Amino acid sequence: MIRLTRCYRFSAAHRLHSGSLNEEENAAVYGKCNHPHGHGHDYFLEVSVTGPLDPATGLVARVEALDRLVETQVLNRLRHRDLNTEVPELEGLPPTTELLAAAVIRMLRERWQEAFPAGHPRLDSVRLHETRKNIFEAFCSI
Amino acid sequence: MLITRKVEFSASHTCRLPGLSDAENEALYGPEAHPRGHGHNFSVEVTLEGEPDRVTGMVYDLKRLKQILHERVVEPFDHRFLNLDVPPFDHVVPTLENIAVEIWRRLQPDLAAAGVRLYRVRVSDSDQTCVEVLGEPQ
Repeated sequence: MIRLTRCYRFSAAHRLHSGSLNEEENAAVYGKCNHPHGHGHDYFLEVSVTGPLDPATGLVARVEALDRLVETQVLNRLRHRDLNTEVPELEGLPPTTELLAAAVIRMLRERWQEAFPAGHPRLDSVRLHETRKNIFEAFCSI
Repeated sequence: MLITRKVEFSASHTCRLPGLSDAENEALYGPEAHPRGHGHNFSVEVTLEGEPDRVTGMVYDLKRLKQILHERVVEPFDHRFLNLDVPPFDHVVPTLENIAVEIWRRLQPDLAAAGVRLYRVRVSDSDQTCVEVLGEPQ
């Protein structure tokens, strides 16, 4: 199997807070990430695709097509946004990086077929670095 | 258990198909298609899979792996123009994908002879793109 990974950056704000918990419980679960006024991160996003190696071109994916899809579907929606209030895909959810990584998979899948009508490459996974120390990886099940 | 050794080499290449025009090649390969070639600092991570030896505690001797990587990859690739100097890139387009596959093919015989399983070859040409070969390429 051949897997190609492209990397992107975006900055966004969030506050970890669950509507299912009271103030005290939120503070206990999320610690300083629950600070009422929120905070932000420089996220580092890796998008991995797999597919057959085209013997004529030597390519697994058209990188420009992947870049365009990530730009329109993901970066334009997340860059410099407040993840709690400005991203419909996270509405009603605590904007943890686990759920953000899963949302990125959904955003990409929405238009994947349009971007890659030949049926390949397939989306393999996204790896989202919240900081240099916290990294979250979600796999595409289809 | 997986163990990884990393090496780097610097080389130039250009990605072009001979039957296509300049515009078609640029549409296909982007700036990688510039006719005069360009260079990268390629980074190669080679990962082996196995269990630690009961006596040595090692999956494989990394000194030996370092030697194999030097002989099979760094020495032939470093400071070369891949399209002209490194077969099969005289007739195979040296995309990152094909470079990763070629490195797998060059390493596999030595590692198979040593009885160790090559798990992954990961090659990057920048901070933004990498390609992994996971298992024998077709």
